[in-house]
Amino acid sequence: MNFSVLQFPASNCDQDAVHAARLLGHSARLVWHKDTSLGDTDVVIVPGGFSYGDYLRCGAIARFSPVMQAVKQFADNGGLVLGVCNGFQVLTEAGLLPGALIRNRDLQFHCENIFLKTITNDSVFTGKIPAGKVLRVPIAHGEGCYFADEPTLASLKAKNQILWQYCDAAGNVTDKANPNGSLQNIAGICNERRNVAGLMPHPERACEPILGSDDGKWIFESVIAALSEKTAATA
Amino acid sequence: MKAKIIITPKKAVLDPQGKTVQNALAHMGYTGVTGVHIGKYIEIDLAPGTDKAAAQKAINDAAHKLLSNPVIEDYKLEIE
Repeated sequence: MNFSVLQFPASNCDQDAVHAARLLGHSARLVWHKDTSLGDTDVVIVPGGFSYGDYLRCGAIARFSPVMQAVKQFADNGGLVLGVCNGFQVLTEAGLLPGALIRNRDLQFHCENIFLKTITNDSVFTGKIPAGKVLRVPIAHGEGCYFADEPTLASLKAKNQILWQYCDAAGNVTDKANPNGSLQNIAGICNERRNVAGLMPHPERACEPILGSDDGKWIFESVIAALSEKTAATA
Repeated sequence: MKAKIIITPKKAVLDPQGKTVQNALAHMGYTGVTGVHIGKYIEIDLAPGTDKAAAQKAINDAAHKLLSNPVIEDYKLEIE
């Protein structure tokens, strides 16, 4: 599989995403934000960081980068796009995912390991996550509080678009386990078509035991398995 | 000629900064404060002689697309 990892000025998790993809045995390359084409790509990762210094709003300026036109086109054609942290913010600003990420409710930057409950296996991003498995992955953000108006939230629930919620180590979704005040403990969602997803936690920083957890690889493995099945089906 | 844009969080959106400042005001003894909402102020300089109606239209468009995020923010635009 070919992973294309976008690189904006002040992206800082781009190399981690490339490393994770290669670690899992796949090819990955960086795509500069001024590029107008993605090249041969199976999945796009919009990485974490502070694109354009987080000026104005997180992700607000990155969404107008030339490469984002190519990403929109890729997503419109059914291509898989995963946004992590700042990448999630960029995808909401771009209108590829509903809602917005606002300042953490305690105004603090949170850099810690959290636990994630997977709400549905019915997505290419979660298909291979074992049932009941609580994922331990890091977060590092100041503006990760997920907000959407009530009709949007109701629609996300009705269409099974909430992929991950913050939970405690035992998998209970509680307010105490919510690091940033996200509505309904939402940590990650997908679009209606289920080919674009975003999450605030960093699975790419948790793909090998030496980093303290390799739970993040379940998300990458899910994507890789979905793409392999698709390739096999069209072969 | 200037365009002045005031951006504020929508009422339904959690505004922890506003809340914290409200609490600080209460601690300082300022009574009667029932809400604080913290937003942004953007000033855009326009070339002299710019058509006001055209500028209004263009900056409204920019405010909707870039300067504010309609999911979480409202804005007011004035050109003078």
